[in-house]
Amino acid sequence: MEQMIKAAWRYRYFILSSIKNELRVRFIRSKLGGLWMIIHPLSQVLIFALILSNVLSAKLPGINNKYAYALYLMAGTLGWSLFAETISRCLTLFIDNGNLMKKMAFPRICLPLIAAGSTTVNNLLLMVAIFMVFAALGHIPDVHVLWLPVLIAINLLLSLGLGLVLGVLNVFMRDLGQVIPVILQITFWLTPVVYNVTMFPENVRHLFNLNPIYPIVKSYQNVLVFGVEPEWGPLLAIVAASCLLMLLALVMFRKAGPEMVDVL
Amino acid sequence: MSGELHVHKVGKAYRKWGSEWSRVGSWLGLPCLPVEEHWVLQDVSFSILPGQAVGVIGQNGAGKSTLLKIITGTTQPTGGTVDRAGRIAAILELGMGFNPDLTGRENAFHSAGLMGYGEAEIHAAMDAIEAFAEIGEYFDQPMRMYSSGMQVRVAFSVATAFRPDLLIVDEALSVGDSYFQHKSFDRIRQFREEGISIMLVTHSMADVKSICDRAILLDKGSVVRDGSPDEVVDFYNALIAQKENAMLSIEQRREKNGWVLTRSGTREATVNSLRLVDAATGEPQSMVRTGQRVRLELEALAHADVPRLVLGYMIRDKQGNVVWGSNTWHTGDVVEDLRPGQRVRYALDFECVLGPGSYSVSPALVSSDTHMLDNYEWVDNLLVFDVMNADRHVFIGSTWLDAKFSVAKGDVDDMPVPHSS
Repeated sequence: MEQMIKAAWRYRYFILSSIKNELRVRFIRSKLGGLWMIIHPLSQVLIFALILSNVLSAKLPGINNKYAYALYLMAGTLGWSLFAETISRCLTLFIDNGNLMKKMAFPRICLPLIAAGSTTVNNLLLMVAIFMVFAALGHIPDVHVLWLPVLIAINLLLSLGLGLVLGVLNVFMRDLGQVIPVILQITFWLTPVVYNVTMFPENVRHLFNLNPIYPIVKSYQNVLVFGVEPEWGPLLAIVAASCLLMLLALVMFRKAGPEMVDVL
Repeated sequence: MSGELHVHKVGKAYRKWGSEWSRVGSWLGLPCLPVEEHWVLQDVSFSILPGQAVGVIGQNGAGKSTLLKIITGTTQPTGGTVDRAGRIAAILELGMGFNPDLTGRENAFHSAGLMGYGEAEIHAAMDAIEAFAEIGEYFDQPMRMYSSGMQVRVAFSVATAFRPDLLIVDEALSVGDSYFQHKSFDRIRQFREEGISIMLVTHSMADVKSICDRAILLDKGSVVRDGSPDEVVDFYNALIAQKENAMLSIEQRREKNGWVLTRSGTREATVNSLRLVDAATGEPQSMVRTGQRVRLELEALAHADVPRLVLGYMIRDKQGNVVWGSNTWHTGDVVEDLRPGQRVRYALDFECVLGPGSYSVSPALVSSDTHMLDNYEWVDNLLVFDVMNADRHVFIGSTWLDAKFSVAKGDVDDMPVPHSS
């Protein structure tokens, strides 16, 4: 563990420059460049907002903005996209870098750190864009927004832990790579991002608590839109579970590391 | 400080598991065993001491790459230990992680970062990297505009920009155009002279002979020979022939004169005797004068029906470089339909125009112009003789050229043209 941290520190320049390069390469040859990073999720939000706002707008209590639904949707999307993107990246992380791992001796821990770094930067850019749209729609989040960095950290911890376990397993069981995107898609619809739990009868709402990403997304919505404190109880449970998951991920990463190169 | 490497009883097995879940179980400490183990390396031990240059040779699939991966640490051995001292630089594949949309300079930064160097170190080395690559303003152009040779130039410059203690090179010397090949070769040589330990994995026997002071031959995952480059390379060549002819056997021994004799073949025809005699007197010679007319006399004996017999000769210098070689296929002196017990006598007359030094004769009895088809008997360094320069003026090199100086001296205005008498 200590060795991993030391190695990562020694390679800090490589990790940072990799994150930078990854962002640059993605947009270096397009005219709009980094704008695309924001256009994609925003267009998604726009589509949902246009299609669903008429159906749902009346059913969002607690906000006095006529664009309430769009605000709600964006807050949820911000949380969900970090989760989904991190998991998708980690899932194919080792397979994508297989050749590099076979030919170069460098601390393997760099790979997840680069992946986490680049999805976080993406997400922060999206956050900036969303804040701008918020302002344009006349919504300024209140002081509770200061909890957002904590939520991002929790989100990252959960998605990185889960993603790493899946990523290591995916090297040996390639079917995971096919199944997980489908499961992510299902989970998206099981998470109240485009709809609201209040649309469901009281007696089935507790089922949402089985979804580990639900408390996180809900807290995003709380601090960004409703101006309410996050619900710490479920979040702490998530943090505890994520820590265990991360530990499992690191153990698997260490144990599987040598074998990973052999099957890549 | 110079790098050191000790490989001790290293083995590598690729494991197959009944189910991938039992593999996962084994990481978590559950008693799960693999159903099949496939060993690609077994019991490999050797050392590279400070300042040594060691070549590793072997056929495809002999385990060279796996061994390199274990030494550099990209993969772990199943058994045994590898002890390393000093900073190791490995050139396993040039241009790993290059991105075509970034410039040469940006890729150089990235690539050096991947080798574990920090920003300041890379900045300090960047001018040298740019200068060594010699690709001019392309260095600041996106790499997709490069030719493959230019990419390789940048890759090699980065890989050798930092002075390691042990340099591991895998087949990376034959890259780029011949100018750059020489340049990269020189850099490796220069590293060598600076006392950096080198491990060179290659299929080029010439590289092994010219750079390494030791060679290791890997075959089927184990070390079969570890010794001086000529000796190991000869054994390797015999081994290749053996793969072609299943009945072949190989023996190798060091003669009293220091040359290593390697004998291989199916023994359907063998060399009964080989001697070097003076062409005029017929007296056997072990010391020959430059310019002396001599004759190689060889008697071959057939032990089985031999449909076609070709004799080939190779004369080599002490470094193992071939000075001359040909065979009776090319000269049209093929002997056909030999029956067991029949003998063939060959005589090869020539003027010994070799320079002073020690030379060896390696005869081969084969059935066509290559020893790959049927190798009846191939003996490396069967006969050794020395050449001295007794009656020519002093010259260096392995060949006496019948060359004459003509010198003319005069004033600028009426320079006489020198001409040979």
